[in-house]
Amino acid sequence: MAITLTEPAADRVKAFLDNRGKGVGLRLGVKTMGCSGMAYVLEFVDEINPEDEVFEDAGVKVIVDKKSLVYLDGTELDYTKEGLNEGFKFNNPKEKAACGCGESFTV
Amino acid sequence: MALIQIAEPGQSTTAHQHRLAVGIDLGTTNSLVATVRSGEVDTLPDVDGSHLLPSVVHYGKDEVHVGLTAQQYSVSDPWNTIVSVKRFMGRGADDISAKDEHYSYSFAETDSSVPRIKTRSGDVSAVEVSAEILKNLKQRAVKTLGDDLSGAVITVPAYFDDAQRQATKDAARLAEINVLRLLNEPTAAAVAYGLDTGNEGVIAVYDLGGGTFDISILRLNKGVFEVLATGGNSSLGGDDFDFVITQWIIEQAGFSNIDDPAFSRLIMQHARSAKEALAEHDAVSINIDAENGSWQGSLDRDKLNELLTPLVKKTLMSCRRALRDADIDIEEIREVVMVGGSTRTLIVREMVAEFFQCEPLTSIDPDKVVATGAALQADVLAGNKPDDEMLLLDVIPLSLGIETMGGLVEKIIHRNTAIPVAKAQEFTTYKDGQTAMAVHVLQGERELVSDCRSLARFELRGFPPQVAGAARIRVTFQVDADGLLIVSAQEENSGIEASVDVKPSYGLSDNEIETMLRDSIEHAEDDMHTRTLREQQVEADRVIEALDSAIASDGDQLLSEDETEQINKARQVLVETKSGSDVDAIEQAIKQLEVACEAYVARRMNTNIKTAMQGHSIEEYAPEQSLDAKAAEAKVEE
Repeated sequence: MAITLTEPAADRVKAFLDNRGKGVGLRLGVKTMGCSGMAYVLEFVDEINPEDEVFEDAGVKVIVDKKSLVYLDGTELDYTKEGLNEGFKFNNPKEKAACGCGESFTV
Repeated sequence: MALIQIAEPGQSTTAHQHRLAVGIDLGTTNSLVATVRSGEVDTLPDVDGSHLLPSVVHYGKDEVHVGLTAQQYSVSDPWNTIVSVKRFMGRGADDISAKDEHYSYSFAETDSSVPRIKTRSGDVSAVEVSAEILKNLKQRAVKTLGDDLSGAVITVPAYFDDAQRQATKDAARLAEINVLRLLNEPTAAAVAYGLDTGNEGVIAVYDLGGGTFDISILRLNKGVFEVLATGGNSSLGGDDFDFVITQWIIEQAGFSNIDDPAFSRLIMQHARSAKEALAEHDAVSINIDAENGSWQGSLDRDKLNELLTPLVKKTLMSCRRALRDADIDIEEIREVVMVGGSTRTLIVREMVAEFFQCEPLTSIDPDKVVATGAALQADVLAGNKPDDEMLLLDVIPLSLGIETMGGLVEKIIHRNTAIPVAKAQEFTTYKDGQTAMAVHVLQGERELVSDCRSLARFELRGFPPQVAGAARIRVTFQVDADGLLIVSAQEENSGIEASVDVKPSYGLSDNEIETMLRDSIEHAEDDMHTRTLREQQVEADRVIEALDSAIASDGDQLLSEDETEQINKARQVLVETKSGSDVDAIEQAIKQLEVACEAYVARRMNTNIKTAMQGHSIEEYAPEQSLDAKAAEAKVEE
C-alpha cells in the first residue's frame, strides 16, 4: 500500500508547510459527499491520530486515515498549472468515474 | 479537472462548496487582488504576469478597457480615459469643480449631485468606473481560483467618510462582488506584516499612495489591533509629486502649449518616470520630443528632494496631529509600516525615519501590502481558519450627530470611537403641540450645522401633541463593522418610530475631511462663542414664544394696559438684542423680560391653581404628595 507525490507536488507541499510555520505533514483523505459519491480531502496536519497511516515520500510525511486508504491506495499526488489556475491533482487508479468538474468521484 | 488546495486541519470543504475569498486593494493609481492558497498569501498576477492593475478605465467605441490597455490610451485619447477615479468616489459635483483642474477628462452638467464624467459611451459616475476595475480583478481571481468567489474584503482609506464607503460598496455590488467587509487600508497593512503575532505596542502605518495619504496609529494588545487614531489627507499622494515635477519641467522648458491634455499627460509621464528612476539613481535625464514642444534636461536627487519636501512635510503635520489625537508620544511608537508606492521615494523614507526616530518597515512590497492583509482577513471571514483569531477594531473618522435648535450640532458618536457601536440620546420637542420632528444627520467636528457635512434627513411624524418638552424622542445611531450608519428615532410615549440607512448625500460640503478637522481645531474658540450665542438666541425665542402664547390666551383678562405696554417694551428690547451677537446682552434682556412679567406670571399661576382646585379640598392633595415622596424613596433604595 502506498501513496506517492510527484516532485513538483512535494516541492510545493514543503514550501507551503515552511510558509505556514507549523504542521507535521499533509493529510490525504476522502469524504462521502459531492455530486458523484466522494470528494478528496487535502489538509495540513498538526497532530497524527491513532487510526492514521503515515507514509513518507520525497521528504514529505503523507498521512491517510485507514478508511480513506481503501479508496486512495496507489494514488499519485501531482501539482499542475492550468492557465492562471494552479493546484493539486489526485491521480487515483481506483477512480472509475468523476463528475464533470472532477471534484467528486466513484470507485 | 478541478485543482485542489491544501486546507487547514478539519477545514476541508465538500465538493462544490468552496470558500474562495479574496482581498482587493482598490487604489487610486493601481489596484490589486490577493488570496490565500494552501496557507500562502499572495497577490494574483494576470496572464502577462503583472500583479498591479492600473486603475485606469478607457471607454472605447465598442468596448471598455481596464488597466494597462486603458493606460495606453491616456495619451492618444485622454478625454475617454479615466484615471484616479477613486478621488471622486462619494464626492459631489461642487467638490470637483473647485479643484483637480489637472484632469484631462471633463464632467457632464447634470441635475444630479453625483458628478458624471463625459465619455463617448455616455456619462459615467465614479461608482461605475470603479465597478469596471473591480470586475476586471474579479475575473482574474475567478480564472486563477477556478471557481466563483464567495466574497471579498475591499480596502478603503481610513479617512473615507460614509459617502465614500457607501460608494465603494455600490461599486462592488455593480461588479457582482459580495463584500465580506470594508477594511481600512492601514489596518490591512499591519495584518500583512503579521504585527498581530509580534510584540505588543504602538504601531504607526504611513500610507502614501497615488492619491491619498493616511496615517494610522494602532495599538497591538493581546493580538488585537485597536486603532487609536487616524488622520491624513484625502487629496495628497504620488499624483501630486508628479504634478509638482511636471510643473517644474514646464517651467524649465518654457512650454506654453500645456492646455492640450495629451501633451500635459505626456509631460506627466516623463515626470513620473524621472521620479521612479531617482529612487535608484542620483540623476536622470529627461527627453521630451513632441509636436507641441521639445526639451532636454536633467533632474537630480537634490532638486527632486527640494521639490517634494513641502509635500512630505504636509504628511508629517498629519502624523503629528494623529499622535496628538491618540495621546501618544513619538517615543512610544515601536514600528512604522510603510505602505503605498510613493514610499519608495527616498526622501519620504528619510523624512519619516527622522520624524518617528526609527527605521520604517519596508520589507513587503509597499504596493502589495494592503491587498495581502485584506486577503488574510478575507480568508478568516470566509471561514477557512479554525478559529477567528484576528479581531480587528476600527474607529469612526469623524463625529456623527444631529441638528438641534439654532443650527447647532449635538454629537452622538464622537470621532475615534471603536466600531461597531450603537449609541442613543433623548431629545424633546420645542413647541407646544408639536407632532413632528426633523432629524438631520451630520458628520464633522464643528459646532454649527453649516460647517459640518450633511449625511441624511428624515422626519418622525404623527406623535401625539404634547406641551413643549414633554415628548421623549430617543435617537439611536448605529455604526456597523464597515463604518456604515443607521439612524433611528422613536417617540417613547407613543412608540412611533422612523429610521434611515444613511444614503449619503454626495457632495453637500466643499470641505475635505482634512480641512474639517483642521478647522475644528482652529475655530474651537469661535465655535464655542457661536454655540453659547445660538443657545442664548434659542432661549430668547423660547421665552418670547411662551409669552406670546400666554398673552394670547389670557393677557387681556390678567394685564392692565400699563403692564402690557411694559411687557411689550421689554419684549421688543429682547427681540432687538437677540439678533445681535452679544451673549451677555441677550441674557440680560431675557432677565429684564422675566422681571417685567413677574406679576403676570404669579397671577397666571394663581388663576391656574384656582381653576384646577375648584371643587376639591386642600386635604385631597396632601396624601398624594406624601405618597409621591415615598415612591421616590423606594426608587432610591432600588
